Amino acid sequence: MASTEQEAAPVEPTPPKQVLYCQVCTFPVEYCEFGSSFTRCKEWLQKENPALYDKFYSEEALQAKIGTLSLEAQEKLEKDTAKKEAKAEAKADAALKKKMASTVTIKRIERNKRKHVTAIHGLEAFDVDLKKAAKFFAQKFATGASVTKNMQGLDEIVVQGDVSGDIVEMIEDGVGLLKNVPKDNIVEVEEKGKKAAS
Amino acid sequence: MFKKFQPSADVSGQVSVKSSVQRNIRASILSQWNINPETFEQIWPKKEPLTLVKCREHISIYTLHGEPLFFQHFDGPFFPTLRLLHKYPSILPMVRVDRGAIRFLLAGAHMMCPGFTSAGGSLPPADAALPPNTPVAIHAEGKEHAAGIGLTKLGTEEIRKVNKGVGVETVTYLGDDLWKIQQL
Ligand SMILES: [Zn+2]
Repeated sequence: MASTEQEAAPVEPTPPKQVLYCQVCTFPVEYCEFGSSFTRCKEWLQKENPALYDKFYSEEALQAKIGTLSLEAQEKLEKDTAKKEAKAEAKADAALKKKMASTVTIKRIERNKRKHVTAIHGLEAFDVDLKKAAKFFAQKFATGASVTKNMQGLDEIVVQGDVSGDIVEMIEDGVGLLKNVPKDNIVEVEEKGKKAAS
Repeated sequence: MFKKFQPSADVSGQVSVKSSVQRNIRASILSQWNINPETFEQIWPKKEPLTLVKCREHISIYTLHGEPLFFQHFDGPFFPTLRLLHKYPSILPMVRVDRGAIRFLLAGAHMMCPGFTSAGGSLPPADAALPPNTPVAIHAEGKEHAAGIGLTKLGTEEIRKVNKGVGVETVTYLGDDLWKIQQL
């Protein structure tokens, strides 16, 4: 059958709609007011896209936005938003404090007279991927390194050989994936071989 | 559906989907969503392999290169993720809740009938009424983009008539644990 021109024309796919997502709360920017970081969201948008900021947060926009909501309901919403925000901030604060108070323990363990291993515990609190870090140490020191559970059942990195001094230095220098670990949070421990005593 | 959903605990495995099954999924979605094959081709090109992420309570999330595209509960209808719906807003029929309901929606609550029937809400006209158990995009008064995706519990005409109790069950919404997963 001879095809007419219309049949031959391919159907054009609909292009996707572009949505601006907030870098702070991840919502489409029009929904920031319902998140728990409204103040920071607004600051971000003002820098990122001043025109859009005006569109959402100018006097008239704020008036129009209330829509069919009663005045009391709008006030309640604003109060809720402020409460939510305060709660989220307190939570973030507490998390940060906890993080800053957590320590990284670097333990030099004597296996026998000449041999040592180094166990590093607590890096995960500073967003270090333990598997990657173990791989990194293994390469750096050309030795074995692995992630294992210690006696308390917590993950730690065990590196063959005494590299405790080098690791402290690497943290102090903020090398690569250790850059977020504050040097003041390092605790160095030494464990002598217990079995050797008998 | 995605409240307290943790990939580390709630995902039981990932498998690649057999090509015969992929064909069935593609056909089902094209029949369920308002989308033409050319546009769907942009979302999921025919040559690209789909991955099934099996989750708790018979939730199946389908991903392409790690990005969740759509999901299904048991063998129910396919739901797009909210991010995909934002890109192609017309793939699901639309209902709208009033501004007062937004914060409840974003807390994961099911949507009550009055939220749709009040001045700020909206439902499809009678000649385009939706039956129960239809996936819908939940829009919100004064907002351009959908805030959630739901499943009608009552038909939309019934929502108007009954006007109390749950009208639409919330399946996923802005900020839930599925929203937080950008890569699986
Ligand atoms: Zn935001």
